[in-house]
Amino acid sequence: MTHAHSARTWAAQIRRIVLDESRRANVGHIGSSLSVADILAVLYSGVLRASGPDDPDRDRFVMSKGHAALALYTALHLRGWLSREEVAAYCADGSLLGVHPERAIAGIDFTTGSLGHGLAYAVGAALAARMQESSRRAFALLSDAECNEGSVWESVMFAAHHGLTNVVAIIDANGQQALGYTRDVLDLSPLAARFDAFGWQVASIDGHDSAQLFDAFTRPTVRPQVVVANTVFGHGVSFMERQIAWHYLPMSDMQYSEALRELEQQACADPSSVS
Amino acid sequence: MRGPFLRKLTDLARHDPRVVLLTGDLGFAAIEPFADAHPDRFYNVGVAEQNMLGIATGLAEAGFLPFVYSIATFVTRRPYEFIHNGPVLQKLPVRIVGIGGGFEYGAAGPTHHAIDDVALMRAMPDISIISPADHLQAVTALEKSWGLGGPVYFRLGKDDTTVVPGLDGEFEIGRAQVIVEGVDLALVAMGSVASEAVAAAATLRHFGVQAAVAIVASVRPEPVADLCALIERVPLVVTVEAHSVTGGLGSLVAEVVAEHNLHARLLRCGVRTGHSSVTGDNAFLNSMHCLSRDALVQQVLASVKHA
Repeated sequence: MTHAHSARTWAAQIRRIVLDESRRANVGHIGSSLSVADILAVLYSGVLRASGPDDPDRDRFVMSKGHAALALYTALHLRGWLSREEVAAYCADGSLLGVHPERAIAGIDFTTGSLGHGLAYAVGAALAARMQESSRRAFALLSDAECNEGSVWESVMFAAHHGLTNVVAIIDANGQQALGYTRDVLDLSPLAARFDAFGWQVASIDGHDSAQLFDAFTRPTVRPQVVVANTVFGHGVSFMERQIAWHYLPMSDMQYSEALRELEQQACADPSSVS
Repeated sequence: MRGPFLRKLTDLARHDPRVVLLTGDLGFAAIEPFADAHPDRFYNVGVAEQNMLGIATGLAEAGFLPFVYSIATFVTRRPYEFIHNGPVLQKLPVRIVGIGGGFEYGAAGPTHHAIDDVALMRAMPDISIISPADHLQAVTALEKSWGLGGPVYFRLGKDDTTVVPGLDGEFEIGRAQVIVEGVDLALVAMGSVASEAVAAAATLRHFGVQAAVAIVASVRPEPVADLCALIERVPLVVTVEAHSVTGGLGSLVAEVVAEHNLHARLLRCGVRTGHSSVTGDNAFLNSMHCLSRDALVQQVLASVKHA
């Protein structure tokens, strides 16, 4: 099985568990987790190097858009670092697994939740790797709207100035933010050109295509790299796709059933995604 | 304090490869010894305090001991959320070095006057707060705090020469230093304005008033036991700080008095008014806020008289 096939299997499992646990916990942020499922599947199934969650020389990953943590917990489960029972405690009273990720959880390198912090952490992690003469890399997954934060551009400038080729920023470019579409709220376009102008190597790809994602994450680079992953908010569940409300809404039982039915149909259409 | 502090840091970094110094483009005539001795561990991140705290968080997670350096207002107010969500929330050993506690930037104006930095840091849990009274104590505090596992805020002054008489550079985590004994009242001081408190105590003796003087540089961990032992012996405690009386040393002592059922009256000398457009140097502004030795003496005498 190629890595792309394996990643598609992971992505299907991530989407299924995201739906299951969001329904059980009766919480939102479902669309954001579905948006990044393929990105996390590719990273955790075959890109991030780590012998374990406590390996000091592991690649670092920062979930800067912390509100999609459920998808990350699921990826950590598939990697073998979190049990299914732990993921089943998502948002339960007394659990460590909240809506946003917490560093006390195995496999979570940095606590996040407030946008605009994560790229700076990744840049610090990349600088640390260089100073320790390690080949490890640091990845940060940002939302496109997160680039509204000025702090993101402080980090972008620092990484370019210091030639940190071991940092990878991934932009989940789904074109949506909390109260509207990014083009209407605070237009980011042309996002790729802006990163290019700041001295970063840009790959603008289909954020749901495992092969393109894998290629982008493993491409040699002489500059800091940004992967603009063009995604569909709520990808895989038609009634959530590109809908602002699904930033917030929990599912009803009927919506949950309909969402599962759609995922199963997609699995039938792409047998390679079923393990 | 900043010169000796940074020279000591430069020395300690020779033996501890974890040390990294980041500056937000400030520190002319202060940071050069470190930058020259350890160029591979010195980064001027530019005028970008948020990113500086974020980078320090990433470095600390990988095992480094990063020091971030700027003017006290810039390194507390601008990246406040980065301090909280980074080293505080994630319990990482980032050292935040703020220069110019109180009115030390004088005519530079209220954007540079650190009169709420201690309050801001005290509002967050899990960060140690150290505000030395002179450069000798600053150096000792740097050494004594070396092993603290979480973040530390150092509130340093610009004065590299003045020494608080009787302090002899002493510092202990969670302790206060009683440097003058007295039975009529206790002056409790934080930061470089402590030298005014010591001078005020000397003047008060001419008026027959025996004032003890204690230095609180370890603002957190709070020197609760030392403060209780001191305050329970006197009828009046007077706090002295170039800082708002809200959230700083005055608040800390008020909490200790209230929570430990102490019976001393409390007079908080510090910044009580809103920002003024009036400019001036450190001494002038301290005097304007009744923090000069003469103003302290007058306030104490008035308080003793009305006792």
